[in-house]
Amino acid sequence: MSLLSIENLRKVFSEGETDEVVALEGINLEIEDEEFICLVGPSGCGKTTLLRIVAGLDTPSSGVALLAGNEILGPDPERGMVFQEYSLFPWLSVIDNIEFGLEMKGVSKKARSETSEKYLELVGLKQFAGSFPHELSGGMRQRVAIARALANDPKVLLMDEPFGALDAQTRNMMQKELLEIWRRAKKTVIFVTHSVDEAVFLADRIIIMSPRPGKIKEIVAVDIPRCRERTAPEFANLRKYVLSLMGEGTI
Amino acid sequence: MASNKKDNLKRVLLPAASILIFIIIWQIVAEFYVNNPFLLPSFTDVISAFLSMAFGPKGSLPKDLWYSLLHFAIGMVAAIIVGIPVGVAMGWFKDVDIALNPLIELIRPIPPLAWIPFAIIWFGLTNAAAGFIIFIGAVFPILINTYTGFREVPKVFIEAGKVLGCTNNFSLIRRVAFPSAIPSIMSGIRISMGVGWMCLVGAEIFGAGSGKYGLGKNLWTYYNLHQMPSVVVYMLILGFIGIFIDLIFRHYVNKQMLKWREEDL
Repeated sequence: MSLLSIENLRKVFSEGETDEVVALEGINLEIEDEEFICLVGPSGCGKTTLLRIVAGLDTPSSGVALLAGNEILGPDPERGMVFQEYSLFPWLSVIDNIEFGLEMKGVSKKARSETSEKYLELVGLKQFAGSFPHELSGGMRQRVAIARALANDPKVLLMDEPFGALDAQTRNMMQKELLEIWRRAKKTVIFVTHSVDEAVFLADRIIIMSPRPGKIKEIVAVDIPRCRERTAPEFANLRKYVLSLMGEGTI
Repeated sequence: MASNKKDNLKRVLLPAASILIFIIIWQIVAEFYVNNPFLLPSFTDVISAFLSMAFGPKGSLPKDLWYSLLHFAIGMVAAIIVGIPVGVAMGWFKDVDIALNPLIELIRPIPPLAWIPFAIIWFGLTNAAAGFIIFIGAVFPILINTYTGFREVPKVFIEAGKVLGCTNNFSLIRRVAFPSAIPSIMSGIRISMGVGWMCLVGAEIFGAGSGKYGLGKNLWTYYNLHQMPSVVVYMLILGFIGIFIDLIFRHYVNKQMLKWREEDL
């Protein structure tokens, strides 16, 4: 059985009213343990809504999402999330942000600091433990957000365009680092992006979605070995292929 | 660096000079043009009145200060105890907001001093009566800023809290919404201290209080005795204490509670 299965999922906003919007329609998806999945598609294709349903922050209108056989009914630390906006709590230091979820679970102070130090080191920010979020750059904040989500030891890490606000160079660097974190932390990742380039660089499988209503158009397996070279012909070909599926032709 | 030092020096010297010039003009006008301490006491009249009141045998200044601070503390503590929880409840629970908002909007525009008759009837001539007037003036800025702070908690903080295992209302309020609203709550307390300090003088002048002592109370006594230099002393002391309370509060809040923020209160 796969780790995450989504069956016949449908999501309608303002159901029964005149401004009713079908955000997701007939979504079926199986995701394996330790897989890296990218959801791509133009805005309005429901990729963020799908991610939020898996996070438990939205509820489906019909259909189910199952994690390890259990229906997802609400937010839970077993599903970690990294948001597009900066979501670190500004009143807590970096280390306290990372320990937040553990504190909620009632983990002892000693065990908390062991875990938080481990993940702080994993994201390479050990010397910033006592800093406050406003003292960090955008890329560093998102790395702390990743560490905060991982510290809860979730079964799946959900990422909603986490690098969307970063400049191109930082973004490329963060993608490399994320792959390294993923390799070492051995987590399933579901990553929403509108950048085809990012998806081809990161994913084991790319889920391509189309809008109005949001549907899965195609699932593309990426067979290029990591670390992928953006300039390699196979990379360019795959990117071109995914773009053509998204109806953008050969840009 | 050199120009920086010069700038800093300017920041001290220019205000000092303008205050000094103000005092000199005041002294000259009072001494040579008005020449009537009832209409305009001179600076030196005020200083000697201060010295005799602060250190002389008949001076009530230390006691006045003590009682005024007591009135102020009663009112502020009550305003914080009532204003913050009500603001939290209204900011977090939509139904509480809908239920209480019209009631609060009806009571809020009544000027605090208009409550003085009832303050005296309900509490008698006690410290609590003056405290009540200060409470009325102070509670609304605290309540409204707490409410606003809670309404403006970024949605992403709430959602981040939820996915990290902070799922019930109580822990979301305590761990996420309240810390996020603290800057707004603190600026509400700061505003309310300013309002409360003004109410203090009015309340004491109108006789809400335990009787003999209070800065506002005895400012009025000296007016009735036509001792205008003493009135000016009390005016200045009221101003200085007001600034002093604000400075201490801001210093404490910025150093202890808001060190995570980029800009100070």
